[in-house]
Formats: sequence, C-alpha cells, structure tokens
Amino acid sequence: MTHAIEARGLMKSYGDVRVLRGVDITVSGGSVFALLGPNGAGKTTTVRILATLLKADAGRARVVGHDVVAERSRVRRSISLTGQYAALDEQQTGIENLRMMARLSGLNRAGARSRTAELLQRFELTEAAGRRVSTYSGGMRRRLDMAASLVAEPSVLFLDEPTTGLDPRSRMDVWTIVTELAGSGVTVFLTTQYLEEADRLADRIALIDGGRIVAEGTAAELKRQAAGERLDLTLADAQAYEQVAARLGPGIARRDPSRLLLGVPTTGKAHDVRALLDAVDPESRLVERFAVHRASLDDVFLALTGHPSAKEPGHV
Amino acid sequence: MSDALTMAARSIRLSARNIDALITALALPVMLMLCFVYLFGGAIDTGGGYVQYVVPGILVICAGFGAGTTAMSVSGDMSGGIVDRFRSLDVGGTAILAGHVAASMVRNLAASTMVFAVALAIGFRPEATAGGRLAAVAILLAYILAISWIGAAVGLLAKTPEAASGFAFFVSFLPYPSSAFVPVETMPGWLHGFALNQPLTPVIEALRGLLLDQPVGAAPWQALAWCAGIVVAGMAVSAALFRRRVS
Repeated sequence: MTHAIEARGLMKSYGDVRVLRGVDITVSGGSVFALLGPNGAGKTTTVRILATLLKADAGRARVVGHDVVAERSRVRRSISLTGQYAALDEQQTGIENLRMMARLSGLNRAGARSRTAELLQRFELTEAAGRRVSTYSGGMRRRLDMAASLVAEPSVLFLDEPTTGLDPRSRMDVWTIVTELAGSGVTVFLTTQYLEEADRLADRIALIDGGRIVAEGTAAELKRQAAGERLDLTLADAQAYEQVAARLGPGIARRDPSRLLLGVPTTGKAHDVRALLDAVDPESRLVERFAVHRASLDDVFLALTGHPSAKEPGHV
Repeated sequence: MSDALTMAARSIRLSARNIDALITALALPVMLMLCFVYLFGGAIDTGGGYVQYVVPGILVICAGFGAGTTAMSVSGDMSGGIVDRFRSLDVGGTAILAGHVAASMVRNLAASTMVFAVALAIGFRPEATAGGRLAAVAILLAYILAISWIGAAVGLLAKTPEAASGFAFFVSFLPYPSSAFVPVETMPGWLHGFALNQPLTPVIEALRGLLLDQPVGAAPWQALAWCAGIVVAGMAVSAALFRRRVS
C-alpha cells in the first residue's frame, strides 16, 4: 500500500544554517504521527515542506501518493495545515472565517454555509460564531483554527505545535479532537515539544534534533531503545553530589540538588549497576542509596539528543 | 477568479471594520482639500477659482493614502499565519493580492466620491460632457489600480506593517512636485523636468482637462499608458516578491 506520507532525505538550509540534514519519514494512512523535538530542531520546516508550502533543497516527499513539488495542487486538495500561529482574521467573526475558508476550498455558497454550521457545532463554537475572533480566548481560537483546517475534509492533517501556549483544559480539548479525527480515518501529522503529548496521541513518534531524525518508533519502542531503566542515586551530601555529578558528566538524565539526587540511564542489570556504582564511587562513601526506575520518554529524549526536553506547558 | 472574489470580499469586509483607517481614508483627503482651497488657495494664482484647479490633485493624493493602507494590510497578512492557510487551500498569491487591490479600489472610490461631494458643495463646477466624466472616472480608476499594485508590492517588501506605512508617507508627497496643486511654471527651473514628466502629471492634467472640458491633448493616453505600465510591472514584481517571501 502507499503510505500517507513518505519523505526521503529532506534537506533545507537558510544561508549557512542547515535546518534539515536529511530527514526520512514514513507515516501510514489513518495513523497519528508525532514529530517530537526541541525548539529549532526543524519541526516546522519539515511540516512546511510536507504541506507544499516550502521547497526542500534536496530530497523528495510524497503525500497521499503525490509528489509535494510536482503535484503540489493535488497534494493541497488532500491536506490541511494548522500552523503554530492561528491563521484567522481577527476582525472577522468565527462564522465569516469558516465560510471564507469553505469558499476557498471550493464549496459553493450553500455548501459553505452548511459545512460551517456543522463545524461550529462540532467544535462547540456555535454560540461565539457571530463574534469577532479578536474577542476569543486562546482555546477558542485554536478550536476555530482547527475547524478552519477541516472545512475541506482533508485526508491528511498537519498540526504544527497544536497545544503550545494553551491552558491545560484547552490542551485536553485539542487532544480529544485529534483522537476523534484519528478515529475517523484522518492521518494526523503533529509536531510537539511535549513528550507527554506525543506519548498520549501518537501511534508512532520520531525524535528530531538538529535537523535529523535521531530515533523513531512507538513510545514503548523508544523507551526500550534508549535506556530501559534509570538509576537514581541519592548522595551523602552536597560535596558528594558535586563530585559525582562531575564524574557522570553529560550522561545525567535527572538532577535534583535539593534532594541530592542524580539519575543516569542504565540497563538495570546487576552487573551494569554495580560497575556504574564502582566507577562513580570507588570508595563507597558518596552514594547513600540508589533506586532503579523504568525510563520515561524524558530519559529517552536526553539519551538520544544529549539535552533535556521542554517542560510540559503547565510548568513553564 | 472565484478565489480572487472571495479574497476581495474578505479585504473589503476587513477594511470596513478598520474604523481608524477608514476615517483617515475618508476624512484626510477632504480636510486636505479644505486646507488647500481656503488656506493656501487664495495665494495661488491658477487663473480661476482654486477649487476648480485642485480637485484632481486631491483625488490623486487620496489614491496614494489608499495604496498606503493596501501596503499595510498586505504586510500584515504576510507577517501572520493566514497566508500559509490560504496557500494550503491552493489559493495563489495573485488571488490574495488581487483581493487587497480590489478592496483598495472600493475604499478609494468611496473616498473619491466623498471628495467630489464636498468639492461640489464648496463650489467645484465640472463642465464636462458625459463622455468626459466617464473618461475621467476611467483614468482615476486606472490610477488607483496602478498605485494599489505598487502598494501591494511595497507591502510584500516591507518586513512589518509599520515599515509599510512609510510608503504612504512617500507616495503622498509625490503629487506635490507636479501640476497637482500649483502650476509647474511657478516652480524652480531644475524641478520642471521632473514635475512635467513624472507619471502623475499626465494623470492630473487629463483629469483636470476632462472634468473642466478643456483641451487635454495626449494627456489621457499618456496617463493610461503610465498606469497600464505600472499595473503590469506592479503585478509582476508582486508575484516575484510573493514567491520570494513564502519560500
């Protein structure tokens, strides 16, 4: 079968800055795919290339079986994009925005009207429909924005950081919408900085860092691939903490100076744990206690990219 | 084409809701005309009532303000996410810009009507034939179309809407070194070359001649040729700038 999205060797530079250094992505139809990575990793650039808005310097991509450059118009007929910033007219009402998008997507006047009413209801915006978007809350805007991207009934939906900057309740709303869409057979390609989001929504996750896919798989596979377990060490005192932190160097997955705690990835095998303890604390006086945990996606992220992921929106 | 109409409806609706800009667009030309007629006009000898002389200049300056607004709204679109949404719906750059230009035409027609109405009230007496009036309206429309496409190009060039507003300032000065407000003969000699040959002069001469039923010579054709050239160049430059901006 043909995949919903297939990209090979995508490269893109802006001047000297190499934003994408050969990105390969395969997304099967009807699934939810998350491109996870920190700011500046190349997520938005990848989405814009796949959504035909930007030309890659090298590489090829096909969406619903059509080339994103040569068959741009055909791709555009099957996709929709919700960008990072709401693509709405602040001075038009919700209903006017949706009708405009519906008309632009090729519906006639009557079709646009009924599609708009249907979407307003589905996204619980019927009440606010007659108000200008400038009066909407962030969550309402995001819902309207997603509704606008669904007017044309796309088979592939791109969502670029759909929950960045939203409050927790609106974030849940977006998650529900994505889950429903996936249930109705739409292929969803989303980017996110939040592990929890990728973990919750995506069938498959690709980790992007520095313009390269550094890992790909289901959440469970990624957790296994990077580090099965995490070893948490509780140190004797602040001095011991500093000393062990220095010895472990960049491999530290978790730091909590207030509790004198350091976490490092491990296989969890007795042999490895013993070797690690011997290496950081040969005289057996720095480490007071230790515990082994299942690795979280955070640990995976750190193990594969060398730096911690962004915190969840609620914490920033 | 239907995309361009939808985009035009959008831009017109947004213009109608931008109250500040709307008031400026409608009131500024009228105030300027009143200034010229009642404050400066007494001191300017144009061989007749000054209001008879100045109306074309006001219409042209008014089109300049309108184009400035176009530059700002194009620039505003480009700095937001909405252009990506339009493009992903396969709406081309030309349709997006044509929508802005169409709204600019509508805004300017409203402003020009306002100027005409006030001018008539303060003593402007067009003596033109029906054909002359029609020709004058056609030339005015051609000029508004031309300057609006320049506005669109500037909007694409400017990094921010604030930068685009600088354009309005520039184009609103362009009519001064022409026959818009004072006869060119009264200007210093070194300015004659520019004032007589800049594109606004045939536009103004043609409008004035047609409205007052005076001989116009080749001015209407020169004006239309300038406008057509500017429209073609403006559209081509805008299309190229749009492609550069979105890649």
